[in-house]
Amino acid sequence: MSLDFNDETFRGDYTFKNSAKAIKRFPFPFPEDSYMYSVNMEPHVPGPVGSIFEHMFDVDEHYVAEMRDRAQVLADDPLRCQSLPHMELAGWDLLELIMESKARDYPHWFELHKDGNNWHWINKPLQIEQRFTFMDASTLPYGPLEYITRQTQGDFTLQDQRDDDLWIEAGMVTTQADWSLDFDIGMSFKQWHAPVPLAGQMGIFDRALKFLLKLQHGAPVRRFNWTMTVDPLLDTSPENYPKWGPSKTTMTPETIGHRQHLRVELQTLHRLPRSNAIVFPIRCYLIRFEELVTVPKWARRLHRVVRDIPDELATYKGFLRNKPLMLDYLAQFDDGQPTSLGFAPD
Amino acid sequence: MTKTMFEPSITSRPVYGVLSPGVGSAHLFVADGEGAEAVCDLFAKAEAAEMKSASHIIYMPGANGCDRSAALQALGVAQFYRAPSFASAQPRLAKVLADAHMGLQVYAAGTEGLMAQVATAAQAAGLPYEAVQMEHRGSLARRVQCVHCKGVTENVTLDPFVCSHCGLSLFVRDHFSRRIAAFQGVNIDAEDPGLVPASVERFK
Repeated sequence: MSLDFNDETFRGDYTFKNSAKAIKRFPFPFPEDSYMYSVNMEPHVPGPVGSIFEHMFDVDEHYVAEMRDRAQVLADDPLRCQSLPHMELAGWDLLELIMESKARDYPHWFELHKDGNNWHWINKPLQIEQRFTFMDASTLPYGPLEYITRQTQGDFTLQDQRDDDLWIEAGMVTTQADWSLDFDIGMSFKQWHAPVPLAGQMGIFDRALKFLLKLQHGAPVRRFNWTMTVDPLLDTSPENYPKWGPSKTTMTPETIGHRQHLRVELQTLHRLPRSNAIVFPIRCYLIRFEELVTVPKWARRLHRVVRDIPDELATYKGFLRNKPLMLDYLAQFDDGQPTSLGFAPD
Repeated sequence: MTKTMFEPSITSRPVYGVLSPGVGSAHLFVADGEGAEAVCDLFAKAEAAEMKSASHIIYMPGANGCDRSAALQALGVAQFYRAPSFASAQPRLAKVLADAHMGLQVYAAGTEGLMAQVATAAQAAGLPYEAVQMEHRGSLARRVQCVHCKGVTENVTLDPFVCSHCGLSLFVRDHFSRRIAAFQGVNIDAEDPGLVPASVERFK
């Protein structure tokens, strides 16, 4: 493995960690000292050099290890990647979007050469070289969605648009916050959000759906979501809940700083050109509490957010049980000083 | 309006109505248990009289023992078939749907699991989901898929219950998949193995 990428694990001995550089660019999701649901979409436009927004699809130091973890999840449970038959075109749209973006944004790692429909893809970090015919699935080892998302960090769902609704009809989901693609595939927008508490009554999904139905090609948008995860486990799936659930009960004041992670999802939404489908990449960033508190503003703010969050939300996000332990740990970093507005460290 | 009152706020659950005579060249009814009563109510309407000669009823007694075969047979429709279970009726249902011509009307009545499976079979034959009229009658027992082993347990009345395939204790999440025709079951003691609360009869 080259020096650009960490040799680390997201299971077993959990050797995942963030470098100082990764901590500095971590997408801390709270612009103020409290949290409640909101749609909070903004244009997914390029951000500052070095930030996670610099490029369309961020490739960071965890790339190779995350792809290794995904391959293991798929070997254990092939149902984590599914595509209903009519969604193959959207898969090609996505493959094109990712290959073109990565070859443009990271030319030292990725190359895409086209001669008509004869494409030549080079992925140096994963040591993949593939010649194939665009739009001919028989020339790839997997369908287009599975092929390209085995090489791209983050979960992906593809939504077909019809009857003024969005239908989740394909996806690659191995780093999810406790939802099942296998169960949800085929559902409409409001159907697949049914288990989320409070937000429905608040009109969040009505507004979000209305907004997304009008999403334009070439004008992607983004938002954050977040939850908490014990140990740097990417695959917090409902399928494997009996395997990872018990870890929540083993936290102590001595281990919480090291084992408790804030899990942030950068969610982007892109209209695809041929299929008119929407792709929804859900990119997971993990940071352990003891890494996060090296930024004083984030430590103060996370303490206040966790302290004030309604129990119903803490339950849904799965951390009510450990909330007191988290607060005891985080309180020592909160001196009561005001924090500045916005995500950035002071 | 539906004759069954459901608890509110399960947005992934279908909304059920009342069967009414459709306009079509043929009529296929699939019902279980008390669903027979919805079929009889439909045929009690004057405009349904001429449908009988083009109607096919597939019926199975409910898991609760409710068997209204005699009432359905007495309707005198062109074809009446009593099956011991939905699974046993599936080959026949698939054949009827595959042989159907334009204009077939499909009706499902009875338990939620039965209706969802009829809709799934109809979709597999190329009909849209909305093409199946549904009326809930009888038991609120749920059909539940274990999210862990993917096995489906039929006629779940208790919450939590034991998965009939993998043996885990599951709570029933209020989340319904039309594709799988089932609610979602999630291990209740995943975080504290062995700590399973007493079951209550939540779905009668």
